[in-house]
Amino acid sequence: MSDTTVTEIELDFESKRFSVRKPEERFDVQGDMTDDERVEKAMVNFAKDFGRVSATYMEACIHCGACAHACPFYEASGDPRHTPIWKLEPFKQAYKREAGPLAFMYKTLNLKPKVTVDELKEWQELLYDTCTMCGRCTLICPMSIDIATLVGMARHAMFHAGLVPHELYTVTAKAQKEGSPLGATPSVFEDRVEWMGDEHEVDMHIDEDQADVLVLMSSIEIQKYPESMAATAKILNHMGKSWTFRTDGYEATNFGMLSGNTGWQKDMSMKVISTAEKIGAKLVILPECGHAYQALRWQGANMYGKPLPFKVQHISEFLADAVDSGDLKLKTVNKSVAFHDPCQVSRRGGATPAPRKVLEALGVELKEAESGGNMNLCCGGGGGVITIHRADTLRYKIMANKFRQLDSTGAEMMVTSCSNCRQNFDESGEKLSWGKDMNSLLELVAENLVEDAKR
Amino acid sequence: MTLLDFARGPAMQIAIIIFVVGIVWRLVGVWALRQKKDLSEARQKGAWVGGIKGLFVHAWPYKPFVPKVGAQYLVGYVIHLGLFIVLIFGTPHMLFFADIVGFTWWTLPGGVITAVAVVTTLALFIALVKRLVNPVQRMISNFDDYATWFVTTAPFVTGLMTTMNMWPHYETGLAIHLLSVWLLLIYFPFGKLMHSFWFVVSRYTTGSRFARRGGMA
Repeated sequence: MSDTTVTEIELDFESKRFSVRKPEERFDVQGDMTDDERVEKAMVNFAKDFGRVSATYMEACIHCGACAHACPFYEASGDPRHTPIWKLEPFKQAYKREAGPLAFMYKTLNLKPKVTVDELKEWQELLYDTCTMCGRCTLICPMSIDIATLVGMARHAMFHAGLVPHELYTVTAKAQKEGSPLGATPSVFEDRVEWMGDEHEVDMHIDEDQADVLVLMSSIEIQKYPESMAATAKILNHMGKSWTFRTDGYEATNFGMLSGNTGWQKDMSMKVISTAEKIGAKLVILPECGHAYQALRWQGANMYGKPLPFKVQHISEFLADAVDSGDLKLKTVNKSVAFHDPCQVSRRGGATPAPRKVLEALGVELKEAESGGNMNLCCGGGGGVITIHRADTLRYKIMANKFRQLDSTGAEMMVTSCSNCRQNFDESGEKLSWGKDMNSLLELVAENLVEDAKR
Repeated sequence: MTLLDFARGPAMQIAIIIFVVGIVWRLVGVWALRQKKDLSEARQKGAWVGGIKGLFVHAWPYKPFVPKVGAQYLVGYVIHLGLFIVLIFGTPHMLFFADIVGFTWWTLPGGVITAVAVVTTLALFIALVKRLVNPVQRMISNFDDYATWFVTTAPFVTGLMTTMNMWPHYETGLAIHLLSVWLLLIYFPFGKLMHSFWFVVSRYTTGSRFARRGGMA
């Protein structure tokens, strides 16, 4: 696979959201393979992780089309191609022809034609540009099919067939090569940690040999919201924790997972896992990043091949526990708040109650949006979608729906616990003149610590 | 051998064999696949409770989705319940099964069964029209969807024709009705009629997977 373009492609640091610069010429096909080889690679890699669960889902669909009505992309576009289960069509076809219990029949009688490279190319947009793997479609499905997981598997196929959208491939290759998808290399990270320490007069712990808590950051935070680093440090220092950032394992994002390269996903997870083991960490705190939670909390052990020797928490879970145990006392914030649940942390991660506990401790008036919490509408930027420029128009339409949903609460303040959602709100908010800011739950907590509760 | 003899004899036997063997083949074909163990630390114990819960919660859409798909679910219920009522509580059907199982049970008056069959047939036509007209459903539909519709609707139509004495020759009509049911049984294992089994497996799988995580499915 060609990776020569990785460092030549400039990152866009001026934009409100981080990505590579809008490519003048697109390279949405990677590597030199014949069409047949691409199809072959796609099918082999799709089948690789295939098991009972995915086969059940493939068998269970009754083509009712209900999933369309839960999908933020279909709701925004009205395009039937954006029906979630349709996004898997070539793979459903391939499953029936190659792997299902009736494959011999479909193949012999050619009842399901062989998938072509043109179909795969056409489906690139459906699998990458128009799915954040938010999983809302599962809620509406009468068969309860986990389409998001299947889309993840289809992405494995697409990556190995060299059919990843230009920008997503570039940032993924950059992450694999440099340790960060957005240029937050170890030395950049170290500089920025130091800078934030000075700026906020907070003690930063970096590259400690031993610590109970290993803290990760996402590239978006390191580059765009560095205050998150100061906020986390301030809270952990306040609680008297033994903690550290590590330059050999700091990046929480996992573009291997998003783009569909399981090998790279493993490499990225193992970097963190080995670092945590090396320093004897009992807890790894994940930053405000949705997919990072999915990658380490729910897929990390499966990458490692055995249960993780430490606990993994999203920062909102850590804060909720600290509030519960009385380790953190917070000032009252006299405001009404609407909370945007990141799909991968709440609906698909199970940490939905955590931010609510923290908001309660902050004494805010929480105004739940209609179809909020576990049923929340996705912001449309996750799953790597925000990196893809050609997906922008539809993403803004989704965000317009999102803004309407949040605005209808009448809340004075908007809060979330995912920096990718946050940058999507910031960028789309400017584009659509929303006139509001999306705030970080973590930063809100850090700003409202009751100092005399210090141990 | 008359057509009715054929329908009551070899056709039925062949249909039942294909029906049973086909179902077992398809279920075992999926269950025999390997499944990697999820090594992540469960948030809570008792994932199976979530699996059982999943069977029921997906029987009706969650509140925000009711305006969008409530009517579709309703039509689905009419079809499924209609099928069940006519099959089990129609006197001729009960007598047919009684011959096999050796006992009889309570049935509904013929008029009620006819009315239920008419309503179910109408619901099936509504479902078909929606499939043909709705852009999402039209796009995702394939041969199986229409074949399934046909083999499900045919027994209702031929059954109603038999009950209402609409065939030129009653016995041939009855034979056609029986054959239409055997066609349903023969097609059953090959298409989406298998959702009669998969709905339990799929709902349980998702329900239990997400119960160990928390969250919602």
